[in-house]
Amino acid sequence: MGISRRLALKALVAAGSTTAAAALGSPRAEGAGLPVAPPDAVGLLYDTTLCIGCRACVVACTDANKLRRDTSWSAGKWQAPLDLNAKTKTLIKLYQDGPVQSFVKQQCMHCIDPACANACMLGALHKGEFGVVSYDPDLCVGCRYCEMACPFNVPKFEWENATTPQIVKCEMCRDRLAVGKEPACSEVCPRHAVIFGKRTDLLQEAHRRLDEHPERYIPRVYGETEAGGTQCLYLSHVPFEKIGLPAYGPTSVPAPQRTLQHGIYQGFAAPVVLYGVLATVLMRNRKHSDTTEERS
Amino acid sequence: MSARAHVAAQPIGGAFLTRGVAIVGAFAAAGAIAILWRLVYGLGAATALNDGYPWGLWIAFDVVTGTALACGGYAMGILVYVMNRGQYHPLVRPALLTSAFGYTLAGVSVGLDVGRYYSLWKVPLYFWHWNLNSVLLEVALCIMAYTGVMWLELSPAFLERGLTARSPCIRRFSERALPIVDKSLLWLIALGLLLPTMHQSSLGSLILLAGPRLHPLWNTPFIPLLFLISCVGMGFAAVVIEGALSSLATRRQPETRMLANLGRAVVPILVAFIALRLADLVWRGQLAALFAFDHYSVMSLIEFALFIAAPLMLATDAQRRNPGNLFRAAMVLVLAGGLYRIDAFLVAFNPGPAWHYFPSVGEIFVTVGLVSLEILGYIAIVKYFPILSAQPRPAAAR
Repeated sequence: MGISRRLALKALVAAGSTTAAAALGSPRAEGAGLPVAPPDAVGLLYDTTLCIGCRACVVACTDANKLRRDTSWSAGKWQAPLDLNAKTKTLIKLYQDGPVQSFVKQQCMHCIDPACANACMLGALHKGEFGVVSYDPDLCVGCRYCEMACPFNVPKFEWENATTPQIVKCEMCRDRLAVGKEPACSEVCPRHAVIFGKRTDLLQEAHRRLDEHPERYIPRVYGETEAGGTQCLYLSHVPFEKIGLPAYGPTSVPAPQRTLQHGIYQGFAAPVVLYGVLATVLMRNRKHSDTTEERS
Repeated sequence: MSARAHVAAQPIGGAFLTRGVAIVGAFAAAGAIAILWRLVYGLGAATALNDGYPWGLWIAFDVVTGTALACGGYAMGILVYVMNRGQYHPLVRPALLTSAFGYTLAGVSVGLDVGRYYSLWKVPLYFWHWNLNSVLLEVALCIMAYTGVMWLELSPAFLERGLTARSPCIRRFSERALPIVDKSLLWLIALGLLLPTMHQSSLGSLILLAGPRLHPLWNTPFIPLLFLISCVGMGFAAVVIEGALSSLATRRQPETRMLANLGRAVVPILVAFIALRLADLVWRGQLAALFAFDHYSVMSLIEFALFIAAPLMLATDAQRRNPGNLFRAAMVLVLAGGLYRIDAFLVAFNPGPAWHYFPSVGEIFVTVGLVSLEILGYIAIVKYFPILSAQPRPAAAR
């Protein structure tokens, strides 16, 4: 009994300490190896100083994506969604504080290392062509882990659809990108407050504007490094947190969990070893208890 | 330790339809109506879930807490097979049965919770689409596999009954199958120990993906270990509660001595949990958050109070041998572990001020209905199949 009991305890303690070691190791891994945007990454650059809040982008988005207009808060009179929802992939919101005001456009940020795609069991949400975070309903079971994961509250669920609900989020008009067009929102914007382009070009343009008019802007390009970097970028004259863009560090949201889990599982070697040890212990214990039972 | 060698389990017999069964059945029927409502009118109509709180009662309670309560089979497995304490063998089958029901009904809850349930079969079969970064995938596959493993571990109980069945077909099948199951049982039991170790810890990791929207009191890389340790404690507590209730309901002599010993086994587990939870808060510099006395801090402090109360109630031998006290301590422990899980998944998760969630009547009815169904299934099976050990003779009582 001595040997097998000791072996058993060792196995259990080893299982526990693997998780503990992975846990202790995970903060060290933070910050190391920040995600890199795919070479063909495209994105949007939105500038609060240019937006006049006309919401042409909201209407164009609804049309291009064949969504129904959300008129629920105006008894059918206006397309006036309160938030991103199953009928609304982009939205212009207003921030007001005394004389200071700003519009802000919301849509999927198309993270370089997206938490939603990390969450998704079968990759219904995945990083597709041009780095667009794309959705394939055939692989979606509707578990909504993506909604739990997204640090920007972007993916929305069709709660009213009882039979075939889907996740709804901006896919940067990827069907339009495929035929060489740009997204509907940037195409229709009369003030070029939101422009479309390669992420590298947009970053360059954003920094050019910051350099040219430092007095106009908060001196940062939001999305350059936030949450590991996003393909949709923002310039703002009011602090980003005020317009719903939280101050996230350069670590991507899924990185800590991923580092921890891969640390514990060690390429699935740990479970295989644990299974072997458990089977060995069980076999030894069986021999032992069979002989003792005969006596009783 | 072969399954049948020294299990003197017998069906307890008696009529199925008693007044208690009728009451529980009424709850199950109400749950069935709520389930129908959800299937016909959809999640938006039947639940209080929303785009801010996409996971609610069914995930936080039925799955995350329910499967931890269903760790009795796992905890007893560690004790009997790994620690080689064969004397507790009579408790294994009933524990496994409640565990198998707990997991099966967690699976039903998931089936109702996901919007596209008819696609669930793709999760285990579309292996070329598996996203190996998805903790939910690991949890889902692991729980599916473990549920199957548990029913297979229990299959000797059904096959033993099949040996005396009237139909010669069932008799022959049972005669053939029983030795096969017996031979593979060791490998199944080892799987039945490995799989919960994996997914009970991963259930904790699951919520880490909420990242910046998860309160620091719960947002720790030690969450998988904390979930793992507490699920073993909750498993033992569930066995104590179930042992007490089933002996009461079936008017059999309770296995007081054995259950008292389980109470003793729980104490070091709980001490380890409390120590790790505290050490983690110190290590991450979050001790101040624990005493901030906002609602996060208050919920954490209630968790701590419950987790500390349970081992204090089980400290001495006299306390543990008092069946009433033992039962209450087990209930406190179940509450502690349950609250810790519900806090991590619902209270600690903050999608922003615009969102609120409290389970709808429909959600509550489904959960209560499924638990009722579990109780009915348990009663039916122990009446007709050899699950509970025969009444211990005074001489054999330890």
